[in-house]
This record gives sequence, structure tokens and C-alpha cells, in this order.
Amino acid sequence: MSAEDMRRAIARIAHEILERNRGTEDLVLVGIRTRGLPLARRLAARILEFEGRPVPVGALDIGLYRDDVSLHSRPIVHTSDIPFPVDAKNVVLVDDVLFTGRSIRAAMDALTDLGRPRTVQLAVLVDRGHRELPIRADYVGKNVPTALQEEIQVRVEEVDGGEGVVICSSGEGS
Amino acid sequence: MVTGSFKVAAPTRSSLVDGTRRHVLDLDDFSLEEINLVLTTADAMREVLGREVKKVPTLRGKVVVTLFYEASTRTRVSFEEAGKLLSADVINVSSSGSSVEKGETLLNTVRTLQATGADVIVTRHPHSGAPYFMARNLETASVVNGGDGWHAHPSQALLDLYTIQRRLGRVRGARVAIIGDITHSRVARSNLWGLTTAGAGVVLCGPPTLLPQEFLEGSHQHDGGPLASVEVTTRVEEALEGADVVMPLRLQLERQQAGLLPTLREYSKMYQVDERRLKRAKPGALVMHPGPMNEGIEISPQVAHGAQSMVEEQVHNGVAVRMALLYLLIGSRQAGVS
Repeated sequence: MSAEDMRRAIARIAHEILERNRGTEDLVLVGIRTRGLPLARRLAARILEFEGRPVPVGALDIGLYRDDVSLHSRPIVHTSDIPFPVDAKNVVLVDDVLFTGRSIRAAMDALTDLGRPRTVQLAVLVDRGHRELPIRADYVGKNVPTALQEEIQVRVEEVDGGEGVVICSSGEGS
Repeated sequence: MVTGSFKVAAPTRSSLVDGTRRHVLDLDDFSLEEINLVLTTADAMREVLGREVKKVPTLRGKVVVTLFYEASTRTRVSFEEAGKLLSADVINVSSSGSSVEKGETLLNTVRTLQATGADVIVTRHPHSGAPYFMARNLETASVVNGGDGWHAHPSQALLDLYTIQRRLGRVRGARVAIIGDITHSRVARSNLWGLTTAGAGVVLCGPPTLLPQEFLEGSHQHDGGPLASVEVTTRVEEALEGADVVMPLRLQLERQQAGLLPTLREYSKMYQVDERRLKRAKPGALVMHPGPMNEGIEISPQVAHGAQSMVEEQVHNGVAVRMALLYLLIGSRQAGVS
């Protein structure tokens, strides 16, 4: 996926979010650290452009909610920063890649510790399959069928200094 | 392949960063990177502390035991709270009311605790080095030193670093005056390692009877280690001059009986951090105290409860820092450390 493809996918998802939620009322975006956050900010910028209304954007760190802390070495935890109540809101979780579904499970746990949203929806840039939990995305930038041993890398300017989505077989990296 | 020869282990330094550290005994073996990891993680924990529902499921099914052979309120309670907020099961053992009263040895006590399934043992002991002895004799459990004799109190030093970092935005370059009974202070010792590793300038101040010989004589300056830059003075006014952080230590009242002080009154007259003396420090300098305070002796009540006092914030931050330590240690233990 090129930077252009990414831009178009985000614009489409922004439209879909607005369509499904009938505008911006009670709508909030929550980006999952690290790369979900810049994607959430971009969605918010698009929504502002299309509707002329700002939607709040929060950052969620799921380090403390993972179920694999004792399996691998523990992830570095950062702060969550959601400076608005999520109670009775329509919350759109935003992440870069949907894979096993475990991060999303952790994110939903983290979110429900902060309040009781009316709905929780999920937007991802890439769905690569191989789910291990009954979780699906409401908005998908691109479905990318992958082999388990392949790796998907989403690069965003704010984090990686470049844009695009690449598949690499494990160990290669870019 | 290699036969008939000993395999000599490389002298590797264990670290929380790569998950190879099992024990937190002092800060003398902490790298700057490791300190920074603890402080970053503490930020995330502080966010949890600020929530309406202060609990995360991170350490579910883990067991933290506090084993205290010496009185403590804030250290024990904040470790207990830290464990509970992370959903670990926390068990408190004190020397009274346990088999310690029946004369069980330290070794057997900690081995028993390990056998019952403790993942982390947080301990305080009146004898310097006791936590090291425990660590050497445990195969799976982690040991966190909650204060041993005059020797070390690493979690206190880390929460002090965290408080400075949060309030001043940095530790590097800050001038920190530690005032009082340096010789008998485990807080001062661990802070010396932590502060110098993090690049702060440290001034030690106290009456000559309460300053360690090597600092009084200046032999630490030839040490070549991080302590070489530490300044020493017996005049409190000099120590306070331009300080960013002022840290009076608790004067242990039994020191007077030991003949190290003429009278408490004289000590407070010469060394008490009061409003007049505090003016010599930078405007808005942080006043930190490890507690419990003897108000009117090492610190005046006005300063202890004044606008510059960080005492309660230190306690609050202490919970966040101890959550970070438990989280990082229990995560590390799984990474295949012997």
C-alpha cells in the first residue's frame, strides 16, 4: 500500500464512520498506541474537513491489559491519554493492523475500565486475518491475506518517518 | 564441545531493559537506561492512579509478599497498594506474629515463602546486606529491597528521581542538597547512586559526626566513579545555595544518645531547613523528605507543609514507581533468567 492508497483508505473510512454514526454527535476516536494514534488523528482531520466539526481523539496504551505479559518479555507501557469521558459515547477504536484480535480484546478491557461507552467500533488500516478471538473490524482499509510467518509493517510519518504498508517474510524486515 | 574445562560466565550486567534483572537491591547496578525505563513506566502507572477505578489486571495470578523485619508505614503500604492495583495477590508478613518469633532463620523463612509460590518478596531488614543474602538463596522469586540497615533503599531513591523528573522536567543538571545524618541513611546512599547516574549534582551536608569519613576526607573524589563529583559541606547555608532540590533527612533521635550530637536543639538550630534558610535555594526549589518527619528538628513545620513541600506527592509517586518496579520485574522473570 502506498502513501496515496493509505490516504484514500483513511478518507473512505472517515466517510463510513460518519455514515454509520449519522454525523459526529457523541462520536469519539481512540487510537491504540503506537500507530493507531496517528491514524486516529488523520481520521479526525478528515472528519473535520468533511463535516466541519471536530471529534475528540484519545490515546490508549494496552500494555497493562495484555494477556501475554508472562509469555514474552513485557511490553514497555506508556500513558493512556483520554481527556474526555467515554460514557455513553460511540467510541471508534483505531489500530494499524488487525491480526489475532488479542490487542483489540486488551483495548476493549482498557476502555471499559474508563467508563461505559454506548458502542465500541473498530477501524483498522489493514486486516491480515488469522484471528484467535471472535473479533472483527467495522471499518477496514484493506484486507491483506497473509501467511502466518509473514510480517506486516505499517509505516506512518509521525512514528517511522515514512508512509506505506509492506509485507515481509519474517526475519527480513525493511 | 568444550570438555575438561570450566565455562566461565561472562560478567554480564542484568537489566530491566532486556528483562534479565531478577532483583532490585540497590541503584549501584542500575544503568541510566534502566532508571529511565522505570520512570517512563511509572508515568503510565500514575495515569492508572488518577482513574476513578484504580485497578488494572496486569499481574493477575502473581503473588507479592512483603516481609518486614522493621517498622514501616509508607514503604510497606505503598508496595501493598502497588501490587493490589496491578491485581497481584499481596500477602503481608511481619516478624511479629510469624514463625520468625519462634526463631526461624531468615534463610528458612524466605525459602518457605518461595515454596508457597511468591513471585516477588519485598523485604526490609535492620541488617545491611540481608536482601542480598535472600537473593543469593532463591532460585525463582525476585527480591526487592525495601530498606536494609544503613545500606540501601532503592525504591525510595527511584521515587525521588521520579518526583524531580516530573516537577523539574529533568534530573540531569539539577543541584540536589541532601542534609542531615548521611552516615546512617540508606535513603542518602541509594539517592547518591541514582542521582549521580542520572546526572544530577549532589551536595551532602551535615555535622562532621554524621558524614561518612570518605566524603569528609574527600577520598571519594579520586574514586573515578559517579560519586567523584559529589560536594561535601558542613554548612547548611552553603549546601542550600542555588539548590533545585532540598532533601533534609530524618534525624534518628537515638543518635544523640550515641554521642554523635550535643543536643537536638543545637542540631535544629544549625541544620534545620526553615523558611529563612530555604530562601538561599532557587525560587520554587523542591523540598523533599523521605519521611517520617521530625517537624521542628530537621525541618520546620512551615517548610514541611509549605507550598514547596513535595512530601505528599512523593508518597503518591511512590505507589506509581513501585507499580512500575513490580511490573517490570515480574515481566522480566519470565524471560529465562537463571
